Amino acid sequence: MIAELGLAALWLAAALAVLQLVAGALSQRQGAEELAALVRPAAIVQGLVAAFAFLMLLVLFAQTDLSVKLVAMNSHSDKPMIFKLSGAFGNHEGSMLLWITVMALAGSLIAAVERRLPEKTMLATLAAQAFVGVGFYAFLLLSSNPFERLPVPALEGMGLNPLLQDIGLVFHPPTLYIGYVGLSVAFSFAVGALLTRQVTPDFARAMRPWVLGAWIFLTLGITAGSYWAYYELGWGGWWFWDPVENASLMPWLAATALLHSASVLASRDALRTWTIMLGVVAFSMSMVGTFLVRSGILTSVHAFAVDPERGTFILGLLVIYIGGALLLFGLRAGTVSEGTRFSVTSREGALVFNNVMLTALLGIVLLGTLYPLFTEAFDVRVSVGPPYFNPVGAIFVVPMLIVMAVGPLLRWRKDSLARIRLPLLIIGGATLAALVLISLLTSIAILPFLGLVLAVGLGIGSFMPIRGRKLRLLPIATWGMMVAHFGIAVALFGMASESAFSEETLAAVEVGGSADVGPWNIVLTEVSPTAGPNWTALEGRLLASYDGGTAIAVTPQSRNFWAPPQETTESALATRWNGQLYAVIGREAGEGRWQLRLWWKPFVTFIWYGGVLVALGGVLALIGRVMADLKRRAIKSRGAIRRAETAA
Amino acid sequence: MKRWTLWVPLALFALFIGVAAYQLTQPKDEFIASTMIGEPLPEFDLRAASLDRPALKTGDLRDGKPRLLNVFASWCIPCIAEAPHLETLRRQGVDIVAVAIRDRPQDVARFLANYGNPYSRIGADDLSEVQLAIGSSGVPETFVVDGQGIIRYQHIGDIRASDVPLLMQKLAEAQ
Repeated sequence: MIAELGLAALWLAAALAVLQLVAGALSQRQGAEELAALVRPAAIVQGLVAAFAFLMLLVLFAQTDLSVKLVAMNSHSDKPMIFKLSGAFGNHEGSMLLWITVMALAGSLIAAVERRLPEKTMLATLAAQAFVGVGFYAFLLLSSNPFERLPVPALEGMGLNPLLQDIGLVFHPPTLYIGYVGLSVAFSFAVGALLTRQVTPDFARAMRPWVLGAWIFLTLGITAGSYWAYYELGWGGWWFWDPVENASLMPWLAATALLHSASVLASRDALRTWTIMLGVVAFSMSMVGTFLVRSGILTSVHAFAVDPERGTFILGLLVIYIGGALLLFGLRAGTVSEGTRFSVTSREGALVFNNVMLTALLGIVLLGTLYPLFTEAFDVRVSVGPPYFNPVGAIFVVPMLIVMAVGPLLRWRKDSLARIRLPLLIIGGATLAALVLISLLTSIAILPFLGLVLAVGLGIGSFMPIRGRKLRLLPIATWGMMVAHFGIAVALFGMASESAFSEETLAAVEVGGSADVGPWNIVLTEVSPTAGPNWTALEGRLLASYDGGTAIAVTPQSRNFWAPPQETTESALATRWNGQLYAVIGREAGEGRWQLRLWWKPFVTFIWYGGVLVALGGVLALIGRVMADLKRRAIKSRGAIRRAETAA
Repeated sequence: MKRWTLWVPLALFALFIGVAAYQLTQPKDEFIASTMIGEPLPEFDLRAASLDRPALKTGDLRDGKPRLLNVFASWCIPCIAEAPHLETLRRQGVDIVAVAIRDRPQDVARFLANYGNPYSRIGADDLSEVQLAIGSSGVPETFVVDGQGIIRYQHIGDIRASDVPLLMQKLAEAQ
């Protein structure tokens, strides 16, 4: 019954999306005002109905209803409740339902609250949002029905991949999805603006909170995903340039660029075409990423739904949506005037420069991700990894970081470097001091070296905009920018330090024996069996002491799950303010000795602290923007009341 | 911005779609074929993986008699599925030797007790070294090795009943 309710809700939501699309499109013509009234309500109800369908799927998973194929394939009655629920979106069908739910809810929200844009543009935007929705509903209903029943109920479920049975994974997919799909709103705004040729600062202001919101979730999702890969996969690495990681990085890069160009459009009425293009590109990157992962066209650890039929379906959707939007862009963007001019040395100039760098970086990552696909067409199998991404990316990241430290100090429209001499000297001096110190004290590779030096420069530069201003009067959005830029510096510091100073020991240790890694001394005191709800494990008890200090217990495990059968290594971490000890226990090496793999990673945690700071900066900016918008709206309505009173 | 530049994104996207569509229509080859076919076996000398079967070294496979070299593991589910078919091959007079991948003696013993033991020799490959050296990337895989220790044929995945005649034919060709 519940599965049928869910399916019915899904069909109903799809029908509402069609209604929203048709009414929105027809209302673009003169004399179709009756239809226009349907669009917003259709969007709102569509969101609620889709959310209901998703709720039904959660209920099915909570009850472990094994007559439903998806539950039987991905769940198990012995699983803890939280993983039963997360299992609902740890698979292809469920995650697509989550995708469409988020998209529909985002549509509801803009339909309910956004009143700034001309109504016609708004209707075109909602029609565009519905247009994208219809394709995904069709995909879900025709080729990936999550509510499909089995002819005969299964006796027991097949379980969820143990690697995914982790608390991080409960939040990672929904966070990323909200990010990916939130960008669909920017896409729809861009299409709506192109259709009605209304590319105005108001358009940028309306779009900006959405991009910001999506971007915050993407930032958190990427940060959490990176930390999960770090401690769960047991390889000690935090970024692998895996196609799926790239699929999440590319929309983030596009959204970051979009965020900044939308700021220029909102405050200076410049960069109109560029902003529109980024609006289209950002969500396109989300869809391309989804396609690459889901079609199985690229081999990835994340490819959980390798199915050429689905791949073809998504490819068709890509052609319609991205191809259509880019076609519209080619036809219409020429008729959108460029907007205000500005000089090279100005806030706009710096933002444009960084936009170009971000876009180039996006191109680099896209090329590296797709390159195996191109060469495979000529029967050459290659895999592209850090030796390509790191140095080639650095070519664009390094100048970008320099401009990032200086750009916020510049004024809009026209400025001179002479005016900001003093802060430039401070930033430059600090960077130079870091450069000299690091090169004297250490001998590290060029990329981590540049990373450390630039992290110092950017860290100091990011707070320079405070100089000469009253702290209390500084807008919250400016605080947001400073915190986010500082977060980049912090993350960069962590990455560079991890890559430059990590130490690794691989040792076969008997119980009672010890091993050293960096400043740590580790004693293996015991190896004992232990059990969880659906696994058994061998747990090593290690006593780790830093620099001769008090010992802390760390307990890495080698786990055996029985549903489905799989062995995983659970790393154990000891976190200090200045880094992490990372311990993994392997199999018995013979004669009572155990394989221990130990890393000391100085300041590695800064990578994720930085990520969180960047997201926090986004939250502050969002709060600032929304508050300013509300204030503007209040003033406008007060003005309207006063005008009405005067008129009366 | 010049007018033609507005079409650059669409052109790039069209290129991507072209390649992606081409790739989608190509059969996805999930199997990684060994490049060692036609080559002599690499030198190895493995300890015995079980108590009741002797160990395995390259020299054992150069006695002039063609045989099957089965790559298996006690933790491998498809290996259970192929066990009866290996037994069929043994009953037809085929000599089968095995390499047990990343396994413990007690687990191998339990596996053989439960699912049958068609092997004349079993070597223990604790770090997958021999497996990788002969060009096998998964478990189970089965190789036809001729009397001079040269790899003649590779079967990837579990052996099904329908594969038995083909393997018999490949063994006959290796005479």
